[in-house]
Parts: sequence; C-alpha cells; structure tokens
Amino acid sequence: MPINYILPEFEVERSDYRCIRCRVCERQCANGVHRYDPDGDVMLSDESRCVDCQRCVCLCPTRALKIKHNDGALRENANWKQNTILEIYKQANTGGVLLSSMGNPEPFPVYWDKILVNASQVTNPSIDPLREPMETRVFLGKKPHDIRRDSAGNLVTELPPQIELELPVMFSAMSYGSISYNAHKSLATAAEQLGICYNTGEGGLHEDFYPYGKNTIVQVASGRFGVYKDYLEAGAAIEIKMGQGAKPGIGGHLPGTKVGADVSKTRMIPQGSDAISPAPHHDIYSIEDLRQLVFSLKEATEYKKPVIVKVAAVHNIAAIASGIARSGADIIAIDGFRGGTGAAPTRIRDNVGIPIELALAAVDKRLRDEGIRQNVSLVVGGSVRSASDVIKAVALGADACYIASAALLALGCHLCRTCQSGKCNWGIATQDPELVRRLNPEVGKERLVNLLTAWKHEIKEMMGLMGINSIEALRGNRLMLRGVGLNEKELEILGISHAGE
Amino acid sequence: MFSIEATSLHHQALNERIRAGERELTVENVLGQRFIAAGMSDKRIDIHGTPGNALGAYLDGAVINVFGNAQDAVGDTMNAGQINVFGNIGDAPGYAMRGGRIYVKGDAGYRAGIHMKAYRDHIPVLMIGGKTGSFLGEYQAGGIIVVLGLADDDRDIVGNFPCTGMHGGRMFLRSSCERIRFPHQVTARPASPEDMNAVTEHIRTFCDIFGYDAEWVLDADFTVITPDSKNPYQQMYVAN
Repeated sequence: MPINYILPEFEVERSDYRCIRCRVCERQCANGVHRYDPDGDVMLSDESRCVDCQRCVCLCPTRALKIKHNDGALRENANWKQNTILEIYKQANTGGVLLSSMGNPEPFPVYWDKILVNASQVTNPSIDPLREPMETRVFLGKKPHDIRRDSAGNLVTELPPQIELELPVMFSAMSYGSISYNAHKSLATAAEQLGICYNTGEGGLHEDFYPYGKNTIVQVASGRFGVYKDYLEAGAAIEIKMGQGAKPGIGGHLPGTKVGADVSKTRMIPQGSDAISPAPHHDIYSIEDLRQLVFSLKEATEYKKPVIVKVAAVHNIAAIASGIARSGADIIAIDGFRGGTGAAPTRIRDNVGIPIELALAAVDKRLRDEGIRQNVSLVVGGSVRSASDVIKAVALGADACYIASAALLALGCHLCRTCQSGKCNWGIATQDPELVRRLNPEVGKERLVNLLTAWKHEIKEMMGLMGINSIEALRGNRLMLRGVGLNEKELEILGISHAGE
Repeated sequence: MFSIEATSLHHQALNERIRAGERELTVENVLGQRFIAAGMSDKRIDIHGTPGNALGAYLDGAVINVFGNAQDAVGDTMNAGQINVFGNIGDAPGYAMRGGRIYVKGDAGYRAGIHMKAYRDHIPVLMIGGKTGSFLGEYQAGGIIVVLGLADDDRDIVGNFPCTGMHGGRMFLRSSCERIRFPHQVTARPASPEDMNAVTEHIRTFCDIFGYDAEWVLDADFTVITPDSKNPYQQMYVAN
C-alpha cells in the first residue's frame, strides 16, 4: 500500500498489567481498532482506525484502556496547524470533498459565555422556586395584535394554532436515517413525558412513532421525503426546512448505503437509492414563493397546525426573518453556525453562517422595530448547551430553544464527530442493527428526561434569582444581561450593556 | 352536478366548500385561487377557468379535470390521484410527486417533474402532450416522465439541461433528440418495444382523455433516458 501520510490522531494506551484479555474492546469497536493475537496472548491496536469515541474505555471491565491524543505530532506552526496539513493530505490522497460531522469545532467566540445574568438584591426580592409557583410553560405560534371583543363585550379568545411546551426547549430536527430507530424512539418518548416536542428531520416519520404525534414536529424539506397527508396531519406542527446552521445554502445527502428497508419505507423512496435533498426548494425563489408553500401546507391540514420556517443564521438574517414573519409562517426557527450535523462538508460547516446569539438579537430587534414580533414565535438552536444558555436566549428574545447535540450527549454520544461513517459505537448515528441495539430506548428516554428535568429546575432557579416567576416575563428582557469582554459593536448588536454599566 | 361558483372566493373558503361538497363536483369561474384540493382524497372535481398555483398539492387520491390552463406547482408532492389539464401548465408541475398521474394536453414550463420519486408500487406518471421548458426531470429519483411534443412548431421538445442530477426513474421523449444535450450521468437511447411497454397504456389513456389518435402518437421515434447510477455522489467525499 502506498503511504498516505495520515498520522493516527489518537493513541490507545493499554495497561498490560490490568488487561485480562476478555476482548470486550475488540467486540465493542465497530471501527476495528482492537485485535487479539493468540500467539503472543496479547491485545493489539490499529490506532489509525480509532475515532476516540471512548466506547472501549467505558466498557473495559478492568479500566485498562485510555485513549489519548497522539503526541507524535507534525511540525506544525501558527499558520499550518496539524489538521490543516492532514486535510491537504486527505484531499491529495483521494480527490474528495472533506466531510465532517457534528458542530463547528473551530475557536470562534461563544457569546453565551461572554454574557452574564443579573440577580435581585435588596430592592426587588428574588423568588424561591421551591416555595412559589414558577411558570416555564410557553406557547409557540402567532399571537393577536390586540384584544378583541365580540358584540356582547366578551373577549374573543380564539387563537391561531399553537404548540404548548412545558419548558422552552425542544429536540431539534434529526432524521431517521441520520440517527437510529432507538435514538428516535428515545427522543419521541422523552418528548411525550416532558411535554415538549421532538422533530422528525427530513426523513419522514416511522409508523411506530405516529402515536407520539402531539409531541412531534414533522419536517418538510426540499427533498419532500416521506411527506404526505397523514404525515402532515400526524404532528403538532409542520416545519419547512430552508436551511441548517451546519450547512447553510447546501442540501442534504443520505448515501444509498444508509437507505435500508426501514429507512426506505419511512422516506418513501427505493431501497439503496441516494436520498438527495436539493440545496434550494426548487419552487421557492422569494418570500411570496415561501408563502405559497406555507399556505399549501396550511390548506392541506385545514389551518390546524402552526407552520415553522427553519433557516440558518446568515449575514442578513434580520431581513430574512422579517420576510418570513410576513409569509404567513407561525414560528421562525433559526439555526446558528455551531449547529450539529450528521454530515456536512468541512469547509461549509466551519466557515459559513453566523453565531446564533447575534442572529437572535438582530432578528428580535428587527421584528420589534417593525411591529411584527407577535406575528411569529422565535425558536433558536445551533449550540444551546445548558439551562443558562436557554435563560440567555430567552432574555435575548427567543420563545424557545432547539437542542440536538446536548440531547445526543445525554444518549451517550461522546462527540467523536464521525457520524458520517455510520459506525457509531453508541448506537446513535448508525443503522447497523448490532450497533443500534446498544442504545436502549428506555434508558435513553430516562436520560433525556433527567437532563431536561434538571434544566427545568435550573431555569426556575435562575428565573427566581432575577425575581421573575414566568418565563414569558423574561423573554426579550435584555436588561437582565450584561456582556464581558465584548466590544461596543458586539454589545450594540446584542442590545446589552457591558458588565459594570 | 353539484356546482360551486368560485367568483371572488378566497382559496380557504373555496377549499372549505369543496371539502363540504358532494363527492363529484364542478367549480365554475375559477380565477387564480391557489391550493385547490390540497391533500384531498375522495373527490372528483371539474374545474372551469384557471386555477392558481399549487393545484392539487399533496393530492391523496382525488381526480381533477382542469378545462383551461393551470399555473405553477401543480401536483406538488402528490401522493395519489389524477390531474388532467386540458390546456398548458406552468413551472414545476409534479415536484417530488411519488404517486398518481398528471396528464397535460399542452405545454409545461420549467422544471417539470423535478425530484419526482417512486415508492413500492407507486410509480408516478407525468405526461406532457406539448413541449417543456428547461430543467425537465432535474433530480429525478423515480417515476416516469413522458413528453410527447404534439405541437406543430420547430421548438425542441425540451429546453436546456434536462435530467440534471437524475438518479432514478425513466424519461421518455417522443423525438429522436438529436439536438438535445443530456448530462454525462444519464444514458439516452432509442426506446425499444420493451421500454415502450412501460408507457404505452398511459399514452393510450392520455389520447382517450384529450382526443388524440393513439396509433398516430405511438408511431414515432421515442428516446428513453435512464440514469447510470442511483448513487451519483458516491465518490465525492473523504471523511475528515
């Protein structure tokens, strides 16, 4: 074999003293790193295959394994980092477009971490969430402009359709195909128990999950996979996917190798055929065209479902959102450039789009300035990692957040960022039945419920310390936020003051 | 027959009346109302006038006759049923349709049959009697697109860039296609009698509906276009 110049990224460190040759590591590794050599009674490793998913480490009964970064490094410099060099080698070896998974790993600013939250002291009391009722429930959808009364003077209480959430967090779109049946089942059952929604992504809805319809957002993307009347009617809302934070402006592509019998059934396409979502919707070239798709979906479902339009956070996001808010959509979902993906070209994932914090602040301000904020609810994703990120997002103007990477981490994902291989050792981003079985959907559900129950407590505590007892009263309440280490332009866009002001 | 007068009705109101109306009905004086019959399954609707965009979107079994022209996005994401248009049709008819039939007597605009699919025993058919604009069958992933070119003029049977990104299904053009340029990932060849078996019955039905002599229509050169691979992008990537 000709040399390929690719250094193993990781090192397998095995304590021979602890290793009992049980070969669990060998059986657990779908990448084929570990191998038993009976002649020498020794476990061997092929480090070039290791992705540092930590499966073997977690399952080794004697804790004999460690995966470490390979310290045998290239002679890198400030301009030519090791990864930059390796990417050149990979492309020179194959002629291929670099393909990566999960969110942008590059060191761009994370604005959540440069924003601090206020607390009540002396002049307005904080609230103890253990003693006082705290409201975290939100309703997503169009809200009326004004109070209306009928001829008898009674309030008109009819609202356009809404999604009701027990806390302002939803699981964002991940298709069946990109993640496994058991991962979807975990998300669906957890969403039901938590009183929130999960999202089918563009892969259609498996027949087993129709019973979770009231906790399901069904997605319509440019490929229209699995989209038909019953699917549209199954969900609590319909999401039109225009873009995704990890790959704005390009389509999706599920290789035919991942389109097995079950995925083909759900997507309603032939088995083994590539599932290609074109970059644009080929019938949408304007806000008017978007309006047409929004209303065709509303007509097909008799105006009973809110319609979400999901876009990636890009440069003119405020103007784009203003257009969407006038398109008849009920909810705008904005996905920041750190959002995850099952597979995206590396260059696009790492270089296209803008941070969700700035996009959210700009959109909320623009819609308020134009007097159309109540036309739509705003949902933001693209790396919301914790309850405090949720609090900051709501204070910047979001109605709710979408989480996906955090949810997958709860299911056992170790962020090895090789979803595109289809060999997820944790049973999440794979269709291999042997691997899928490793994720127990009962346990998965429980872990997701635990995560968001903990977040809900934290959200209530943070609301309480601000003296706020309803999440609605926090929305757009930017006085609760201060920036640290941000320049004037960043503060201006975020619409917040600097700490100390 | 149960009849609905569409003059100055908003599309929402018109669809409500169609849903509430009898199984077989006529809609008179349609003038640009969009989304007519969206998602409907058990109706037989005769439309007089010009329906607006997205006629029969997500159609799930209903049968629609349009005695006039139709506009853009007819049969968008259609699942089952039939739409017969006795005139011309606008852009993107049959976008992502995975079942049912769309028969058009006249011409179609750009992007006809784009991203058309097939699924199990659902083999959608889009048949255009006249000629079509550019990007015919772009991203076609399944189903059958037929263009008959029954217009007596010297325009080519399709515009530019037919079959770009095609990775499934078949396309039949009633022409020897000497002047048509196809992308490299598809094969265009004269249709054999076995190829024609897939479309002969559909062409006969088409001729019955629109009053053509089927033998005359079939007695012509047909070109069949098929993709070379259902995995066109397999080699493009390297894991990073």
